[in-house]
Amino acid sequence: MKNRIKLYALIIVAATSTLFFVQCGGGDDAASNDPMKNKGIGPVKTVTIGEIDQTMAAEGKEIFDSKCSACHKMESKYIGPMLKGVTERRTPEWIMNMILNPEEMLKKDPIAKQLMKEYSAPMANQGIKQDEARKILEYFRTVK
Amino acid sequence: MNRIYIKFTALISFAMLIIALASCGESKQSGAMTASGAAEKVYVAPGEYDEFYAFMSGGFSGQVSVYGLPSGRLFRVIPVFSQDAEKGYGYAEETKNMLMTSWGFVPWDDAHHPQLSRTNGVTDGRWLFINGNNTPRIARIDLTTFETAEIIEIPNSGGNHPSPYVTENTEYLVAGTRFSLPTPQEDVSINEYKEKFKGTLTFIKVEPTHGTMSVAFQLLMPGFDYDLATAGKGKSHGWSFFTSYNVEQANTLKEVNASQLDKDFITAVNWKKAEEYIAQGKGKVMKTSYYHNVYDEDKQTAISYKKDEVLILTPEECPGVVYYIPTPKSPHGVDVDPTGNYIVGNGKLSADMSVYSFDKMLTTIENQDYETTIDGIPVLKYESVLDGIVLQPGLGPLHTEFDGKGFAYTTFFISSEIVKWKLDDKSVVDRVPCYYSVGHLMIPGGDTREPYGKYVIALNKITKDRYLPTGPELAHSAQLYDISGSKMELLLDFPTIGEPHYAQAIPASKIVPNSKQFFKIEENNHEHVTKKEADAKVVRKGDTVRIYMTTIRSHFVPDNIEGIKVGDKVFFHVTNLEQDWDVPHGFSMMGARNSELLIMPGHTRTLYWEPTRVGVYPFYCTDFCSALHQEMQGYIRVSPAGSNPELKWWTGD
Repeated sequence: MKNRIKLYALIIVAATSTLFFVQCGGGDDAASNDPMKNKGIGPVKTVTIGEIDQTMAAEGKEIFDSKCSACHKMESKYIGPMLKGVTERRTPEWIMNMILNPEEMLKKDPIAKQLMKEYSAPMANQGIKQDEARKILEYFRTVK
Repeated sequence: MNRIYIKFTALISFAMLIIALASCGESKQSGAMTASGAAEKVYVAPGEYDEFYAFMSGGFSGQVSVYGLPSGRLFRVIPVFSQDAEKGYGYAEETKNMLMTSWGFVPWDDAHHPQLSRTNGVTDGRWLFINGNNTPRIARIDLTTFETAEIIEIPNSGGNHPSPYVTENTEYLVAGTRFSLPTPQEDVSINEYKEKFKGTLTFIKVEPTHGTMSVAFQLLMPGFDYDLATAGKGKSHGWSFFTSYNVEQANTLKEVNASQLDKDFITAVNWKKAEEYIAQGKGKVMKTSYYHNVYDEDKQTAISYKKDEVLILTPEECPGVVYYIPTPKSPHGVDVDPTGNYIVGNGKLSADMSVYSFDKMLTTIENQDYETTIDGIPVLKYESVLDGIVLQPGLGPLHTEFDGKGFAYTTFFISSEIVKWKLDDKSVVDRVPCYYSVGHLMIPGGDTREPYGKYVIALNKITKDRYLPTGPELAHSAQLYDISGSKMELLLDFPTIGEPHYAQAIPASKIVPNSKQFFKIEENNHEHVTKKEADAKVVRKGDTVRIYMTTIRSHFVPDNIEGIKVGDKVFFHVTNLEQDWDVPHGFSMMGARNSELLIMPGHTRTLYWEPTRVGVYPFYCTDFCSALHQEMQGYIRVSPAGSNPELKWWTGD
């Protein structure tokens, strides 16, 4: 009898915790571990990429220089990772979500969590707007 | 045997403890309703917000402290009249000018009465004003940033006590002189007080969009002591009221000599009438000297303007502007109820309280029903203005606030209590003790047209046995009472900073949506801003060295600097590049003889340093900013005076 109660309890605990993980875990599935499929977590769901828009890229560079360059260099690791060729390593959505929603990304996204472990300095939220993040992405596309 | 003995001893000790506890209870009263009932009413769960912000004057600390109600939790101390090393206020080059006066740099004052800005007689959450009593000043605090945005000095004043007491649409703030003075100042005997000394009542205009203050005019008044003030509301809008004592015009042992006459005055000023006279060109310009310090948000720097004249009106030449209402025995507070009709004079040495009617005041003026005239100021007949008397409500009445439900609440300093009474029939309906010696009291919005009659706070001068002792100096305190029912119920005691003379409270919903989170770096037009790391540099011009430095989690650029010499005048212009909420960085330099800097995201602040010793010295971030905060540091090499070291700087590589 006692054993049975224990068993029920165990089942309930297991079921609840599974539910919890499904709801809050943030999808540690295959797609989110594949950097070229993972779109990250945040406001950006899909980005359409075309020919590189040089005007947008130039504007993006200006924003990057003022708000991001204190921690990121193109050619080398600095406070955060090197950014040259980043568009070949990550999806456009992931890049924009990392800029726009770093707090949640660092908590839930498996790639961002891994980077946090590696660099110890958390990516700062620099109050960048979505259209500005799109321009920064365009700038990144020009640096390969 | 032993066991029994131990048990017996334990029993006796227990009994003694009970007796001890019981006798403690006799000697010291809590005064609160049942502990669990009170606790429930003031409990704000972790992470939840309070319902009200309360702004309390810091008294002789010179600052304003911000508490939550009903929890009594302290959120912030806003530096206003005193230098504050915690925030670098008054030490940083950008904020030093805020403390400039005609006397020079005065890094302290005695702050008394906070006043929230109003629209249509109701608090609007834009600004908080507060007076400095010692070096007469008024400050304006911007409630989007909780920072002091402006300080204006009051000319021809000997101590700014009845102030700032804002009018219904923040048209004017007022200032009155607590000490009359030779006006203009001159070298005369103090015994010539009656002949030579004058008082002033000052009206300060507030610009409606930005809140900028300017001295509009001064009334040159008889040499009494002007004590407290209030603005009319509703039907009495357009008038301001001041109490005056020392009508005896004593200049020594005022404790006795200023308490001789049966009645002093409430001074009623029709400022709309004064505006008419000014429009007609009445008034004389007097030479004087005062400072006006304004924080320029664009340049992120306080600028001091020196002013040298003021417009003076005299009551004799401007009939209809000033009247005296006789008020028993050295009145302290004067308070107008939410309807604007009842004017309560709190004669602090009087056994009764006189309540006047604004309607009756107008009739008395119309009928020219005067007792006498002093320096062209009609003294209205007491009985004609009187609406009624609150008979023997307590000892030493000081201040009155209102709940908007027809009741008034008055503090009594000597009998240490709050007394609730009915405005219409003047009957006393309830009283509660205060622990101890209450001065002002405050109901959120209790001095406006729309009080939130849920709580009253007693602001006490003495705490004696209420808290753990802290040596000879004890905290002053606030006590929160529930006034939503027919009986007042004590809920909570909490200690305050300095002396909380008066306070103001406002629903949090009027402030929270406008609270600024950071300053946009692209809008930073500071003269010495560095907008990106690539622009960081060190520039020498003679012996002045300017270091253009940036901060971001968690490094300075530059963090290694060489080429500085003993005797240089070094300015660290530090720009915080962060663009997120709650990420200030600190900056401190070993051997700097001022304070740290605390730099908000997007701000630039400047620390001045004169290196005095040869060697290599560190600087670091003082405000824990990230996991690598301890790494946020740098070095400066100081070479001998007269040497010629190369100026260079770097970070990394």
